[in-house]
Amino acid sequence: MTGRPTSSHITLRVNGAARQLDVDNRTTLLDALREHLGLAGAKKGCDHGQCGACTVLLDGRRANACLLFAVAVQHVAITTIEGLADNGTLHPMQHAFVEFDGFQCGYCTPGQICSSVAMLDEVAAGWPSAVTGDVAATEIVLDAAEIRERMSGNICRCGAYLNIVAAIQEVAP
Amino acid sequence: MSVPTTQRPTGTETATGRLGDITLLPDGIPKVTGDFAYSSDLWMDDMLWGVTLRSPHPRARVRSIDIGAALATAGVTAVLTHEDVPGSKYYGLEIADQPVLAVDEVRYTGEPVAIVAADHPETARRAAAKIVVDYEVLDPITDSRAAMSPDSPLVHATPTQDHYPGGGNILRHVRIRRGDPTLTADVVVTGEYDVGMQDQAFLGPESGLAVPAEDGGVDLFIATQWLHVDQRQVAESLGLPEDKVRLSLAGVGGAFGAREDVSMQIHACLLALRTNKPIKMVYSREESFYGHVHRHPATMRYEHGANRDGTLVYVKCEVVLDGGAYASSSPAVVSNAASFAVGPYNCDNVLIDGYILYTNNPPCGAMRGFGAVQVCFGHESQMDKLAAALGIDPVELRIHNAMAEGSLMPTGQVVEGAAPVAELLRRVKDAPLPAAAPTDSYDLRALPGGVSNTTHGEGVRRGVGYAVGFKNVGYSEGFDDFSTARVRLEVVGGELVATVHTAAAEVGQGLITVMAQIARTELGVEQVINQPADTSIGTAGSTSASRQTYCTGGAVQAACEAVRDGILAMASARGLSVEGAALRDGKIVAADGAAVASVADLLGEEIVEETREFHHRPTEPLTRDLGAPGDIGQGAAHLQFAFAAHRVVADVDVELGLVRLVEVTTAQDVGKALNPLSVVGQIQGGTTQGIGLALMEEIQVKDGKIRNPSFTDYLIPTILDTPPMQVQVLELGDPHAPYGLRGVGEPPTISSTPAVVSALRAATGRPLTRVPVRPEHITGT
Ligand code: FES
Ligand code: FES
Repeated sequence: MTGRPTSSHITLRVNGAARQLDVDNRTTLLDALREHLGLAGAKKGCDHGQCGACTVLLDGRRANACLLFAVAVQHVAITTIEGLADNGTLHPMQHAFVEFDGFQCGYCTPGQICSSVAMLDEVAAGWPSAVTGDVAATEIVLDAAEIRERMSGNICRCGAYLNIVAAIQEVAP
Repeated sequence: MSVPTTQRPTGTETATGRLGDITLLPDGIPKVTGDFAYSSDLWMDDMLWGVTLRSPHPRARVRSIDIGAALATAGVTAVLTHEDVPGSKYYGLEIADQPVLAVDEVRYTGEPVAIVAADHPETARRAAAKIVVDYEVLDPITDSRAAMSPDSPLVHATPTQDHYPGGGNILRHVRIRRGDPTLTADVVVTGEYDVGMQDQAFLGPESGLAVPAEDGGVDLFIATQWLHVDQRQVAESLGLPEDKVRLSLAGVGGAFGAREDVSMQIHACLLALRTNKPIKMVYSREESFYGHVHRHPATMRYEHGANRDGTLVYVKCEVVLDGGAYASSSPAVVSNAASFAVGPYNCDNVLIDGYILYTNNPPCGAMRGFGAVQVCFGHESQMDKLAAALGIDPVELRIHNAMAEGSLMPTGQVVEGAAPVAELLRRVKDAPLPAAAPTDSYDLRALPGGVSNTTHGEGVRRGVGYAVGFKNVGYSEGFDDFSTARVRLEVVGGELVATVHTAAAEVGQGLITVMAQIARTELGVEQVINQPADTSIGTAGSTSASRQTYCTGGAVQAACEAVRDGILAMASARGLSVEGAALRDGKIVAADGAAVASVADLLGEEIVEETREFHHRPTEPLTRDLGAPGDIGQGAAHLQFAFAAHRVVADVDVELGLVRLVEVTTAQDVGKALNPLSVVGQIQGGTTQGIGLALMEEIQVKDGKIRNPSFTDYLIPTILDTPPMQVQVLELGDPHAPYGLRGVGEPPTISSTPAVVSALRAATGRPLTRVPVRPEHITGT
């Protein structure tokens, strides 16, 4: 143990900006975002990878920020809920969540939105899910069953699920 | 006052929409951009972190507490125990029986014993682990029925229940007797039913930020359901006058009853005043399971007697609720359980005993549905059983006995206004059924158990079940849970702007939207600003009991009317004729529809501001058993009743014990839907929590210890568990309520649980007398 540094000076690329910070090596990406970089949009619902409230995008793929060490994600582009809107114009998914009343308390919402944005990319890339009828098909039909299956990692205790499905269907191509 | 840097006004943005319009939420944009500041997001650069040391034992005497090593830890600023509580060492919603920090005994696992402030949460946690508590461990009292025995040891050596005489560990015993309880009937069914301990499991954990103020007081930014009841308890324990303890509502990540009681409020303020630094406290998920009250587990014994035609002759019910270690809102919960034990049915002869007990289990208190949820599972299970015994269709049996306007409650209270029990049942019954499950070629994906490819559906049976339930809106038994609103009308930058200020907690239910709709409708303005809720204005009462739109909506309406009267008086003073005029589209509009004047022109630089309280019609306490002959437990204890019915269609693999809900249909009377969008959202969300109780949600408590304090082991419905729903909203109007509305939030949670179990019974033929239903109950193994 002795001699090994327990903290690191790191650079995170978050929402298009390089951000430098000093962190204890055990700091999760979620805590680094929330407590070091002032980006409190990603939420902590469990800190154990069980609820999805902390979902962010790493090179466009969804990940639970509470399960990653900040020191380990210096090589990827991190997008948080704060980085989804384009110069003040809401991302279509953000707009759809408002329009379709896809939340009540809103605590799960940043995670739901990040997750659904990346999920649409996964579908576009032809990744099948456990409920995809033909796993060899190149075109996946994103029906309600597919959306439910693919969004089942994001818990909403307020039970806004039906409106979340509707919001995603609105944005899906 | 210093304001935390990330504290942004929550939900002050304007939107459009008048009463009855589908209205988007004004706090919607910040919630989708990540800008909405929840209590756990607050930050001040010089703040410290507070953590709590909790008891590992359900029952133990505290011999001594040694904080020396903890206090000596680098980075630690304060370590406090009960000796450091300057004011009242006990607090509580109804009965001050809960120690701020354990005094001489701990009564449940997880009870706070000491608190620590340090420069980092991990430092504080490690320091807390160094506190040495010398416990003399005692045998816990964990069986609520055994706790009723006069021989049981006492959870509280000095009983605190003097105003609810019960004796021993009985915190309250509610007796209801009406009619002749000695009757016999053609057909008698008895049943015993159990409900497990459910958790509210809001996603945003208990958290807040306490900031010491220059006047020796403290400012607390907090997620709560009732700012003023927190303020009272915090001030009492700090030994400060209430005006030195100022609370502001931070963003609330769900509540469902679990934020009625104080959690970290007093602790954070104690640490802030001791260290003279802002203190942030945030519970982890595990700590959250210990940090708030849960839904009371219940055991119930029922006996129903009926004539051959199905008419109920009598109902007997004994319901025992485990209140856990402290009172919380238990006295009111057991009153509800007793009041609603028969369900929304006519029955002239009732004998009901509701008991609530102190034990060394986790404290239980408010959760959505509040006492009505437990008994609804009981009475609806009994109605299914009675229907089977009589050979009558279960929906027809319910309709035959359905309460209607003018019916009598078991408490003798007359049910006023619409009580559309029969219609709600007919609506869910007549709604189109989903397509039948294919019997030959199963699509694995549609099977219970899905693509895990466990079977090919040989054991799958479809069941359809029904249930109906009701509960009170607002606080009962004589409590005056009034609300206060201030409304200001002025011209800002040439535009007419209304500002609405209340202390009512928006917890996600959509109240601030409704308040703005009311102001827009009553004052004819477009621009409405909701001022953040805080204690600088009078109380709004609690965001619970489905009461905020009724009470705070009523207060906003009254304040708007007063503002309107002020405007009309101004107009009248200037010689305008305003007899019977209203405010519409920025103008004073005469009774004949002609525009009399522009409100903005009339106001000019002036401001019209009015504050009003809204007190609902008084209710009565239930009469006590004073040994007098005749009916007891009687009285018009409740303000308003709200009704809902559910139909559930379920596919059940009777060999594997797996369940897949195919569809849920709900019908609910909301009196008047002020915002139809939020009404449907509440019904869907409430139904989903009832599904959770039916199928998966239970805090497992063994020997007084919670065994599953995580989202891996305490399961709540995911998007996959939530089936499509048909929602039917009735608007039958209550003449006594503002705008004719009825509380919305709780009814859907009440009847969905028994409807799910009813569907499972229909599919399996098994009695299923306990929720949550487990796979082994379905398979009978
Ligand atoms: S906080 Fe990361 S999954 Fe719950
Ligand atoms: S909106 Fe409250 S948890 Fe999803």
